[in-house]
Amino acid sequence: MTSPTVASLEPQDAASARPQPKSLSDLFFSFTLLALQGFGGVLAVVQRELVEKKRWMTREEFVEDWAVAQIMPGPNVVNLSLMIGGRYFGLRGAMAALAGMLTVPLLVVLALALVYAQFAGNPQVAGALRGMAAVAAGLITATGLKLMGAVRKHPLGVPACIAFGAATFVGIALLRWPLAYVLLGLGGLSCVLTYRKMGKAGT
Amino acid sequence: MTIAMSGADWLALFVHYLSLSLLSVGGAITTAPDQHRFLVDRQAWLTDPQFNASIAIAQAAPGPNVLFIALLGWNVGLNAGGLPTALLGMAIAMLGIMIPSTTLTYLAAQWGHANRELRGVRAFKQGMAPIVIALLVATGWILATGSHYALRDWPIWLIAIISAAIVWRTQVHLLWLLGAGAFLGWMGWA
Repeated sequence: MTSPTVASLEPQDAASARPQPKSLSDLFFSFTLLALQGFGGVLAVVQRELVEKKRWMTREEFVEDWAVAQIMPGPNVVNLSLMIGGRYFGLRGAMAALAGMLTVPLLVVLALALVYAQFAGNPQVAGALRGMAAVAAGLITATGLKLMGAVRKHPLGVPACIAFGAATFVGIALLRWPLAYVLLGLGGLSCVLTYRKMGKAGT
Repeated sequence: MTIAMSGADWLALFVHYLSLSLLSVGGAITTAPDQHRFLVDRQAWLTDPQFNASIAIAQAAPGPNVLFIALLGWNVGLNAGGLPTALLGMAIAMLGIMIPSTTLTYLAAQWGHANRELRGVRAFKQGMAPIVIALLVATGWILATGSHYALRDWPIWLIAIISAAIVWRTQVHLLWLLGAGAFLGWMGWA
């Protein structure tokens, strides 16, 4: 952890040295490109582009923002774009990111709807969609795997985080509990424990 | 199918989406059953195939899945007349589903950012971290398995697992993987 190459990846990078969107149009086009690459879900692309390539945010910040985007009503990636845009340019930034996320993809969806009728029954088209859906499932899983490192310095410690994560996975993926129960129940418990731990640590 | 939409009907459509907006925790797709009940069963503004196709197209297209709501509004408008009403329906549905949730999210995020040093805010964000990370893995699982487990779906599993491993460990562009998945499916191997 002391080598300079590793240290430069840590979140304590000076905020001023961190890359960030240059303008409202940079935000708009960045989010338009993100959205257009996002087949079967945009989140994997957002993580790859904004955290790993553009480095507008760290992995830890991404997880924190994603938690808020997830718990608030509304489409998650739309909430996320709104929050990231708002962070840099206030309300105008939020609107620019939101518009980027929705405008061009909306036109694409309408165009697809117009041609869909001709190809709906084609087994090859249906197969291609099924193959893309399988890849999309892999992408979203990989995003979760990559973000796991973000809990290394978690106040609850890694074992407790793994326990909460495992319980969440079992509840949602295997038992198919409603999302609201998991967020309120497991999420609430985790937040309360974290809150108490932070108090004891004197922070 | 052809329907007649009065001003009160358009207003009802708008109010329906306004009211669903704040309930759509976990994404707009979680409110799809309620939209089906309202648009297809109760008002009969859409047919069942139109409803299902709207969701399928939005899933297949790039971009946020919430755009299926734009298509639903578009199709209601098409049934009610032509292109102008289709555009009207799309605008009404999207504005209705977006305005309440985005306003609330924006205000909450600004407040949270301004008070990010508060212990409660930090505890919330960090406390939720293990949950939301696991949710991503669980979402991938659900997308790969659908609503049932069947041994004959093994190619789907294999493709999902391999693409997860590639994305996790390499920097291969995501579009190449999606293209490969589309190719495998096109050839009938998925």
